[in-house]
Amino acid sequence: MKFTLKIWRQKNADDKGRMVSYKVDDISPDSSFLEMLDQLNQQLIAKGEDPVSFDHDCREGICGACGLYINGRPHGPLKGTTTCQLHMRAFRSGETICVEPWRSGAFPVVKDLIVDRSALDKIIQAGGYISINSGGLPDANTIPVPKHDADDAFDAAACIGCGACVAACSNASPMLFVGAKVSHLALLPQGRIEATRRVQQMVAAMDALGFGNCSNTYACQAECPKEISIANIARMNREFLTAKLFAEKEKNIGFTL
Amino acid sequence: MDTTGQRTFSSIASKVLMALAGVFLLVFLAVHLGINMLLLVDDGGKSFSAAAGFMSSYPVIRVFELALFGGFALHIVFGVIVSIRNRQSRPIRYQHRSITETSPFSKYMLHSGVVVFIFLVLHFIDFYFIKIGIVAPPTGIERHDFYSRAVVLFSDNTYSAIYLVSFVVLGFHLNHALQAATQTLGLNHPRYTPLINAASALYAMIIAGGFMAIPLRFTLFN
Repeated sequence: MKFTLKIWRQKNADDKGRMVSYKVDDISPDSSFLEMLDQLNQQLIAKGEDPVSFDHDCREGICGACGLYINGRPHGPLKGTTTCQLHMRAFRSGETICVEPWRSGAFPVVKDLIVDRSALDKIIQAGGYISINSGGLPDANTIPVPKHDADDAFDAAACIGCGACVAACSNASPMLFVGAKVSHLALLPQGRIEATRRVQQMVAAMDALGFGNCSNTYACQAECPKEISIANIARMNREFLTAKLFAEKEKNIGFTL
Repeated sequence: MDTTGQRTFSSIASKVLMALAGVFLLVFLAVHLGINMLLLVDDGGKSFSAAAGFMSSYPVIRVFELALFGGFALHIVFGVIVSIRNRQSRPIRYQHRSITETSPFSKYMLHSGVVVFIFLVLHFIDFYFIKIGIVAPPTGIERHDFYSRAVVLFSDNTYSAIYLVSFVVLGFHLNHALQAATQTLGLNHPRYTPLINAASALYAMIIAGGFMAIPLRFTLFN
């Protein structure tokens, strides 16, 4: 297969950046999108040019490191797929493919297609954890958890923090990410204890980092490689409102709505 | 801002206030449509004028009128605040247009909102400002006579066309209204959410269709 690639090239954070066209040929339909970029980079290196920088790690769809905005969609045309799990057979030979980095004020471009997603880590640092050491694996049924809660928590915990929700959202809002993180802890007994504080701190951090607000277009849900449901955003809203309006005084970390 | 660094009116609180005001406006639209439907009664405007007279004189309704203005103000002000924050969150935009599938009309809430706002201003000039005496009524029409006013306005095809277009746009705005409001208020349920989405679309069609029936009746049958 052959492709024309239009790729965002930017030397560093201060560079203005531009789209650059490249041609690649002899691409196997079974190579992944990242392997196709590897092939392009081999060409560039052979010519003595600077290879295209992009993030990747596990290449099996579980680490959340890869993430490219491909032809107007985060992680490309397939549903429920990360960029590394996207194969070139999903494209037509001869197609022009436009590759851009995630765009958000909170995700500054480091180089080419690599963005700094530590803003998501800062949201987690604000409350996305359990403070006590919960020890080893408890014996089965020592902590009863309703099956549907366990299932919902597990679905929310499938979030790999890749930032596709932010990239897809017309407002660059990470509410699907925050909703998933709030939900997976709030649904389980160990996480429930700090749930009231957690949601308030994480929302405050999200707002302070300059992310946008959800406007319910549900683009995030459509593009999430782990198919996280917007029901998690509703749960976050519920948790936040109950925390602000009804929490006991010591648990409420400030009455500012 | 408080000790946690939480800014006043967080993202969620802003959205919730907008949603609550929006739901209140949905109720108002139903009441307004109910009264306007009396324009379709063929009695020379008697029943419509009686209802309009009641609405503009009964004290309890006067209080609700203030609440209504508050509702509009809240919905518009927070709409603008949220839109500005959203705009700022992506300073460098994509080169390729987004082709992500989204909920119908949801991406154009601001655009449709602006059209509805412009209509609202025209509507105020045509009716409310005349009623309270800021704008002089056209010659021969008493300022509380909403029926004659409506007849005159709808006899103008340009006005009717503007009216019809505005309500098509309002219909699009409302299609996403109830379902977005429930989601924002934290109400999402595997069984009820699809019903709410359907109800949202149905309500939009009833409101838009109902209001549009009035100029159509005046243009087609007079």
